Amino acid sequence: MQEQLVFKRPDVLADVPTHYCPGCQHGVVHRIVAECLEEFGVVEKTIAVSAIGCSVFLYNYILVDTVEAPHGRAPAVATGVKRARKDAFVFAYQGDGDLASIGLAEIMHAANRGERISVIFVNNTVYGMTGGQMAPTTMIGQKTTTCPGGRCLEREGGPMHMAEIIATLGGVAYCARTAVNTMKNMAQTKRAIRRAFATQINDEGFGFVEILATCPTNWKLSSVASNERIGKEMIPEFPLGVFKDAAKEDES
Amino acid sequence: MSRIVIDEQRCKGCLLCVEACPKSIVVASTRFNAKGYKVAELPETDMDKCTGCASCAQMCPDVAITVWRTAKSKAKENE
Repeated sequence: MQEQLVFKRPDVLADVPTHYCPGCQHGVVHRIVAECLEEFGVVEKTIAVSAIGCSVFLYNYILVDTVEAPHGRAPAVATGVKRARKDAFVFAYQGDGDLASIGLAEIMHAANRGERISVIFVNNTVYGMTGGQMAPTTMIGQKTTTCPGGRCLEREGGPMHMAEIIATLGGVAYCARTAVNTMKNMAQTKRAIRRAFATQINDEGFGFVEILATCPTNWKLSSVASNERIGKEMIPEFPLGVFKDAAKEDES
Repeated sequence: MSRIVIDEQRCKGCLLCVEACPKSIVVASTRFNAKGYKVAELPETDMDKCTGCASCAQMCPDVAITVWRTAKSKAKENE
């Protein structure tokens, strides 16, 4: 009986063990990004900009040229890379502690200018690498090392909804929020990243995809319980969907 | 026959594949790999139930699962 290979590791994803904790969905997002790069055939001309956070070792896992940006400055570095090398495909890969906190100015202005770059934003509601401190996206009541009694709305404010904020800015061509907790959401994530990459390739504008992901270690949950938390707690707070799509607005 | 191969040295035992499998045939094993993680497995006896949907492989954060699916149309032609 004949059989066909239906799923294997993308060639551009390095065949090495990752440093991520068990159940960390950075690996899933890396794979989807790698698959999309291969689909568009832009691997050879891709320059990735990795940020500070757990995804700092992106260059070890996705085999493309990579520039390491200072904390939060990935969109600013990516702007420089893209303006110097207009032929290159440039994407930044950031976490929530990096993009939504210290890098807030850079992401807002890069989006507002409509830089022809794509930003992959992995939101796990906590500073993962530095030991589980409160991030701007931390949920109300969520316990972290810097808010051990749970995040308090009066004291620290509520979680920031980056996808909604970015969608309001002028230069943005595509902005969506997705998750990778179920097969259906994973398919949507792939569609969103594909579309965000296409906006850059078609010179439409800035592409932004926020992906809800787990951090089992700092949530102090098992991998499976963390994955369930995405559906039960995070998606009601951070609704999934496409918040801006320039191509669809043109049609209507 | 559809089948999967789990790279046990890459598996970190997060068991998201166990949750993802629609046939519930991927299970936690009792073996440890070199890094000390208790790995997931698909017992040989259950392999014939695998449909090759690749849910486990897509869910795996470490991309440790490779999936082969039976080529349906060609199998029917041969019959």
